[in-house]
Amino acid sequence: MSEHEQFDENLALFALGSLTGEERTLLEKHLEGCAGCRRELEQLRGDMALMAMSVSGPKPPVRARQRLLDAIAREPHRTSLSTRRAWWALAPWYAAAALALLAGWFWRQSDQLSQRVARLESQSAEQQAQVQQAREVVATLTATDALVVPVTAPNTPPQPQGKAIYVRNKARLIFVASNMPALPPQKAYELWLIPVQGAPIPAGVFKPDARGSAIVIHPPLPAGVEAKAFAITVEPEAGSSSPTMPIVMMGAGE
Amino acid sequence: MAMLYDRYSSIVYSVALRVLGDTGAAEDVLQEVFMQLWRNPGGFDSSRGNLAAWLAVISRNRAIDAVRKRRPDTDIADVIVSVEPDLAGDAERARAMEKVRGALGAMPSAQRSALEMAYFEGLTHTEIAAKTGEPLGTIKTRIRAGLLALRKAFNP
Repeated sequence: MSEHEQFDENLALFALGSLTGEERTLLEKHLEGCAGCRRELEQLRGDMALMAMSVSGPKPPVRARQRLLDAIAREPHRTSLSTRRAWWALAPWYAAAALALLAGWFWRQSDQLSQRVARLESQSAEQQAQVQQAREVVATLTATDALVVPVTAPNTPPQPQGKAIYVRNKARLIFVASNMPALPPQKAYELWLIPVQGAPIPAGVFKPDARGSAIVIHPPLPAGVEAKAFAITVEPEAGSSSPTMPIVMMGAGE
Repeated sequence: MAMLYDRYSSIVYSVALRVLGDTGAAEDVLQEVFMQLWRNPGGFDSSRGNLAAWLAVISRNRAIDAVRKRRPDTDIADVIVSVEPDLAGDAERARAMEKVRGALGAMPSAQRSALEMAYFEGLTHTEIAAKTGEPLGTIKTRIRAGLLALRKAFNP
């Protein structure tokens, strides 16, 4: 005999209110977890409703109607009776309150995130603008089709000229040269940083283009070196670790 | 509420009167059942059955409680009634009455008797067994089979 069959007869007795004691407790416990038996119980109550239909009797006396209406008139209309129901009735309000709190929290989080994203976007845009500007500067400086025009005093023949722009604490150097004489084969110009103290430091090897223009950007340099001057020598293409005399060009910092 | 009363008071009252056999006591049950509905309209779940069936069951149970002089031990909100035929209108109820009476008439008298004692007198199966001298299991089976026979009358 299955568990449900065992409960079948008891369900009918339970519906009628005849089941007592341990049998009733057991069935109530079973009903909590068994939807099939709950459904059968509802149908057994339906059968009880049908049984009620077998009855026909006199209509209730007229006074009963008035008695009811009077009682209702005396009583304020309450929408909940049992505390259990009242709790359930309030459940949507609890849920609504919880949702409102959550929504507030999310809104705040979202607001903070939005602000952060806006900040990052702004920073990013700024950086992109800077990068773009730097690229444009470099592109102009290094463009092969750029028109490079040394501007000098009138009646002065064009002279080789270079300009070193050095930022000491960042060890950043940009060197731009023009009107550089053509080099012998397998030779290159080498730029030197002449420190206040110590030996000249190699600051990039370069070959000018056909028009004598050249540019050196950010050669590797030790940080924080105080520059006394910049010098250029002619070296083998691979560069040298110490300058080969003579110095063809030189300039001291101001 | 007056409208509901006019439509359903006769079911509630006639069932209570059949159980209690006393018009005053039946009126009390009638009053109590409708007051419960008034106070706790959420107690009846309209999505789970029709009001006529629900009121009939509540009325029968309250009348039995009165007969047995016990306090109601179930929340009316826990009473869910599922029934096939529509019992909302007088015509539907008249048809249902005919079918139910037919089903009761077709039952073996011992079965009908057991069902009526359990339903209208509120006797437990133990009490019925003691009264009739029949085995307890037989009474249990008869009660359940009786209820199922009513259902079957509407789902042949």
